[in-house]
Amino acid sequence: MKLSALLPLALAAALVGLLARGLLQHDAQAEPPSPLIGKPAPALDLQRLGGDGTAAPQGEVWVLNVFASWCAPCRAELPVLGELASQAGVRIVGLDYRDTAEQGAAFLRRHGDPYALTLLDPQGRGSLAWGVTGVPETFVIDRRGIVRLRHTGPVTAEDLQQRLLPLIKKLQHA
Amino acid sequence: MIGELGQFALLLALAAAVAQAVLPLWGAQRGQRRWMALARPLAAVGFVLLSTALAALVASFVQVDTSLAYVAANASQELPLGYRITATWGGHEGSLLLWAWMLSAWGALVAARSAALPAAFAARVQGVLGFVAAGFLAFIAFTSNPFGRLLPAPTEGRDLNPLLQDPGMAAHPPLLYLGYVGFAVGFAFAVAALLEDELSPRWTRWARPWVLAAWSALTAGIGLGSFWAYYELGWGGFWFWDAVENAAFMPWLLGTALIHSLAVAEKRPGFLRWSLLLALLSFSLSLLGTFLVRSGVVSSVHAFASDPARGLFILALLAVSVGGSLALYAWRAHRAPPAERFALGSRESLLLLNNLLLATATATVLLGTLYPLAAEVLGGLRLSVGAPYFDTVFPPLMLPLVALMVLGPLVPWARARWAGLRRWLPVALGALAAAVALALGLQASLWTAAGLAAGLWAWVGTLLLAWQQRRAWRQELPLWLAHAGVAVFVLGVTLVRSLEQTHDLQLAPGEQARVGAQGLVFQRLEAVNGPNYRAARATLSWQRDGAAPLQLEPEKRVYGRRQMVMTEAAISRGPWRDVYVSLGDAAADGRWALRVQIKPFMSWVWAGVLAMTAGGLWAVAARRRRPALAPQQLEPTPLSVPTLSTP
Repeated sequence: MKLSALLPLALAAALVGLLARGLLQHDAQAEPPSPLIGKPAPALDLQRLGGDGTAAPQGEVWVLNVFASWCAPCRAELPVLGELASQAGVRIVGLDYRDTAEQGAAFLRRHGDPYALTLLDPQGRGSLAWGVTGVPETFVIDRRGIVRLRHTGPVTAEDLQQRLLPLIKKLQHA
Repeated sequence: MIGELGQFALLLALAAAVAQAVLPLWGAQRGQRRWMALARPLAAVGFVLLSTALAALVASFVQVDTSLAYVAANASQELPLGYRITATWGGHEGSLLLWAWMLSAWGALVAARSAALPAAFAARVQGVLGFVAAGFLAFIAFTSNPFGRLLPAPTEGRDLNPLLQDPGMAAHPPLLYLGYVGFAVGFAFAVAALLEDELSPRWTRWARPWVLAAWSALTAGIGLGSFWAYYELGWGGFWFWDAVENAAFMPWLLGTALIHSLAVAEKRPGFLRWSLLLALLSFSLSLLGTFLVRSGVVSSVHAFASDPARGLFILALLAVSVGGSLALYAWRAHRAPPAERFALGSRESLLLLNNLLLATATATVLLGTLYPLAAEVLGGLRLSVGAPYFDTVFPPLMLPLVALMVLGPLVPWARARWAGLRRWLPVALGALAAAVALALGLQASLWTAAGLAAGLWAWVGTLLLAWQQRRAWRQELPLWLAHAGVAVFVLGVTLVRSLEQTHDLQLAPGEQARVGAQGLVFQRLEAVNGPNYRAARATLSWQRDGAAPLQLEPEKRVYGRRQMVMTEAAISRGPWRDVYVSLGDAAADGRWALRVQIKPFMSWVWAGVLAMTAGGLWAVAARRRRPALAPQQLEPTPLSVPTLSTP
């Protein structure tokens, strides 16, 4: 038996290990620590989709959601964000990450637009300031402009009920 | 009552599969003819039992027996009869039953056609198929039983997901599974060969028709899925590099490599070991695909219900069958004939390159599909890998493959004799020049030019090849069909991606607008009631120069039970372009959003897939008629320098 013949088996074993860990860990949702939590929200000096002015909400609890038209989970997330906007009465700012204005606009027209305003970030510069590692990603910012939560990956209905809504309600009544 | 019949048949099928997995394999190991002889009858029994179970489930759907939880979740009285039947595989449980039934159908077919195989080998093939079947049937029976009762029964079901209420549902999943599962046969042949030390070109001839058949079904299945997404999802895309699409695409890529390596291995036993590995891995990727789709570890637009217990079960099955077979490979594969030498530039070397490119492409797709999972598990990051990644890494791998595709059949085995190829140079240069001119004329990108050049070269080259070898058309036709299909497909994809135009309009009924050089009139809007939906239907007239106007009727539907909104696009197809209109929402001022897409050469994409499938099927049919090659014809040709060894 040659050692090289064991290579496929070794690779397969590694893959199975990865899948098993992924499967078991999937619900644990280990959240990466974000240095931004508790710090002031970085400025959003970006072009607005279909309009001028980029004023991010101030003096209210708001949500920043990083998305892109090429991101499948973002598509799945949109209805949940719609729920979030209507149930919590918060404004959601969409940050269209590494995308063109046309594709971003078409994406929102096609799948529904939960955003109060959408900003374009074709170079990924704005997202860099927020420490975004991938789309979709969601942040909650409180009335004083402090980042209070970072959620990576799509927001599921469960995340909405168990993490986002309770926190937003608390911040709104604080 | 029918439900219990199905349940009973399912459990008996599980018992039969366990028997099939144990007895013939044991008999073959011990040289017991009587045990071996059980293999074929058991395969037939399994097929009959699973047919009964599937028929029972279909019957429950036709009657909308809501006391079955699975039926209640996927059908309703309002659902038309045709969709009640297809709703059978509209959810997780039924899909798996269809999967298992397909496996048993392949097994029965192998049993029927394996009379000429040595008894021990045939018994081992059936034993392996029985093992896979037993695993899946246990999975169905213990975690995903479609016959589970729901008491008290609800008076009405939840209805089938409106996305799935489409004729595509009748053909896409069955064909896709037929292909997916078909690779189990190649897998079983490979495991049997390793168990038996039957590592000879004979094995290649036995396995090849089955692999070709599975590949053809998978090609058609993926093509149909893409076609369906194109017209049903309502926004004109046809491939999204979604995890579930990738799950089907990876076995296809590796299966394509396998077909080609089997073609060489028939002549060069040195390719045998690699072919065995490909056969094992293609099916492993089918299992991986099943796992990814069914466990929900990777997020996808194909929203299937996910359940960790189910995921663990498939993962265990995957670990045992993939791990077991690869361990067997590590233990036994060195007994395969050693690699021969052949010249760089010979047909073998080109086919080796084909295999390397396809294997790399598979690895690339695998990486892109699993990267988000790996990042989450290892680094705690949650991210998604989308089309930009695949669009960047995939064409550079595929275009050389398409370009080499023409040369492969032209150069001789073993030797590098390129002198005869000189007259092909003008064709290659012509294709390149035409592509560059076209790309410049269209102001398109470098990749468009490259895609056009590769596609044109492959198309013209394949036609010339067919002309040159026309006397041998009986033998060569599958190759021409499949390669011409690839050429047409590449041209179609390249052109539609660089030339497509999208126009977003806001029109009220009675208004008109210009779209490019043509006019579009919004004639009227009416309310329509379908069997289980309400719809707004727009009637549009597409004015063309010198031809009768085209009538287009896109709809916006709301399906009752689930209150789901669906966009039914209106598509006018043509050989040169599709006009694709989807109806958006109404604004407050009574104007409707309309999205008009002009998609040049869209039909070529489908034509290409069709030609590839036809090529595969023809090859299967032709191989059944052709007598096996005599052994002396298989002797390797003496070699020349410079040389290269097989993997």
